[in-house]
Amino acid sequence: MRALFIASVLFLTPLLATAAGGHVHLEKANIDLTDQASLQRGAKYYVNYCMGCHSLQYMRYNRMAEDLGIDEMTLRQNLMFTDAKPGDLMTISMRPEDGEKWFGTAVPDLTLVTRWRSPDWVYTYLKSFYLDDTRPYGVNNLVFPQVGMPHVLSSLQGVQKAVLEPGKEEGAAAAKIAGLELVQPGSLSPGEFDAMVLDLTNFLTYVGEPMRVERQRLGIYVLLFLGLFFIVAYALKKEYWKDVH
Amino acid sequence: MSADTTTETTGFLGWIDKRFPLTKVWNEHLAQYYAPKNMNFWYFFGSLSILMLVIQIVTGIWLAMNYKPSATDAFASVEYIMRDVNWGWLIRYMHSTGASFFFIVVYLHMFRALLYGSYRKPRELLWIFGVIIYLAMMATAFFGYLLPWGQMSYWGAQVIVNLFAAVPGVGEELSVWVRGDYVISDITLNRFFAFHFLLPFVIAALVFLHIVALHRVGSNNPDGVEIKYGPKGNRWDANAPADGIPFHPYYTVKDIVGVVVLLALFAAVIFFWPTVGGLFLEGPNFQPADPLKTPDHIAPVWYFTPFYAMLRAVPPMFGSQFPGVVVMFAAILILFFLPWLDRSPVKSVRYKGPLFKFALGIFAVSFVVLAYLGLKPADPLLTLFAQIFTALYFAFFLLMPWYSKIDKTKPVPERVTQ
Repeated sequence: MRALFIASVLFLTPLLATAAGGHVHLEKANIDLTDQASLQRGAKYYVNYCMGCHSLQYMRYNRMAEDLGIDEMTLRQNLMFTDAKPGDLMTISMRPEDGEKWFGTAVPDLTLVTRWRSPDWVYTYLKSFYLDDTRPYGVNNLVFPQVGMPHVLSSLQGVQKAVLEPGKEEGAAAAKIAGLELVQPGSLSPGEFDAMVLDLTNFLTYVGEPMRVERQRLGIYVLLFLGLFFIVAYALKKEYWKDVH
Repeated sequence: MSADTTTETTGFLGWIDKRFPLTKVWNEHLAQYYAPKNMNFWYFFGSLSILMLVIQIVTGIWLAMNYKPSATDAFASVEYIMRDVNWGWLIRYMHSTGASFFFIVVYLHMFRALLYGSYRKPRELLWIFGVIIYLAMMATAFFGYLLPWGQMSYWGAQVIVNLFAAVPGVGEELSVWVRGDYVISDITLNRFFAFHFLLPFVIAALVFLHIVALHRVGSNNPDGVEIKYGPKGNRWDANAPADGIPFHPYYTVKDIVGVVVLLALFAAVIFFWPTVGGLFLEGPNFQPADPLKTPDHIAPVWYFTPFYAMLRAVPPMFGSQFPGVVVMFAAILILFFLPWLDRSPVKSVRYKGPLFKFALGIFAVSFVVLAYLGLKPADPLLTLFAQIFTALYFAFFLLMPWYSKIDKTKPVPERVTQ
């Protein structure tokens, strides 16, 4: 009986999640900011695939290199494609007007994207492009309907098609899409692509708050100190108050 | 208090005391200020409010050393503080978390006054100074929230400044006068920064008056018994209240314990969860202000949401939002009249009857529910709830002269209980 109850709850959970949100279900990104190899790969993918259009204008090259354990030679050779210096901010030469002309909107800076969206959003977004003839670049996105951005990673992921809910006509709104199906494979397997997107998301999460690991590390010491201080303060109070009746 | 500086001080202290009443002030306000010995958990939040004010002022000044109050540079300067300034992230998180903690502590401090009738005669002025401090805090928080120049800063300020535009007749001119421009702009940011820098010092001055008033009448306590009018004579002084103990060292060492606990909670948030899921730092505020792009849902920070919910609960009348604005401000201004609304013969909830306890419970629930509703996008059902709880919020005050009078009270003891 109890097993049946648990089973029914487990069965209903995804339904509840969709019913409550009204938004597309976001996949959980398993962020690990201590995984330097993943962050380094993420940085490499970012400067190669994203940074043509998306700046990281509040992040400095050398801060990134230092935090990610990248030496200056590697930084200059593999991660810097402009004439920027290591102490410079990671800006780009594309102008906002260009974005408006080419994509219908200024291309956003992504330094803080994981903070105003969320890591899960970025992770799911990068995996949710699908074919849509009505869009200028032939693709749409499940979590960002009518997005102006082309599917930059399609040579890696391949091409996805929307699977509509049974009984629905072609061209229905995004909310009625049941899922996405790979119709033309890319150079990476689905597993490899997920790993790559996770690295990218991990990197962007780091960029959103570069001091996060340091912050949590320090926090433990601060709380330990306050814990000890509490014992002393409490004992002091007890000692003074023992003659108050 | 009567035994002030009977012993002459000598040496350096004596030199100072001849020129400035240092020992006298120390004795009158700390070492020989007799506070009731039965002050409980709720009495931590007064000194903790001062601590939060100091933290906000100190971190605020350090932030101002690197912050740039200009529409083009403000957002980037905050990220500069977060990334390039040594310990800038810690100072900024202390300040952003500190704002919320300040309000939490002050709300608990105010609730204590409601519980034990600390606003009643002879503490009416003390209470009124407190409400003015609360108003000044809200103004400071409002001005400060524009400074990061994020999307929520911008659109939140837009919503609040537009409230002035709802004033009949002069509304439009008034809102332009407040903004200094036809939209929220660089000019608005500059003046908000100026006010945000000034007001904390006004608050500090008001806190001084609040404490002067407190020490004139003496601290209340959970029994609502006036120890000044009770029996005299304690271990330290034959003329001091028998139920009083010197503030220093008794309450200073006790308050240190409170300070450590508060700092631990404060540190837990700063170091492990500074956004508190969008409550202390709202997600959309990590996007720079864009006057052309309205966010899907504009919500003020949590400490304003009870009043925001009330504003939205009132439907527009004669094509104007003004009635909602009036209700919102009335919700705060009604606090000034509280000392004269309570007609109960007793002060403390301990000796008040079931009617008051019920009313206070409803009031506390209404405030929390309204805070929650103010965070949510408006929909017809939630608006209905907001209307009901707004009515209950006001009923607590407006019906108080009646229910506090007919309520069955218990006899108040002569002396404080432990």
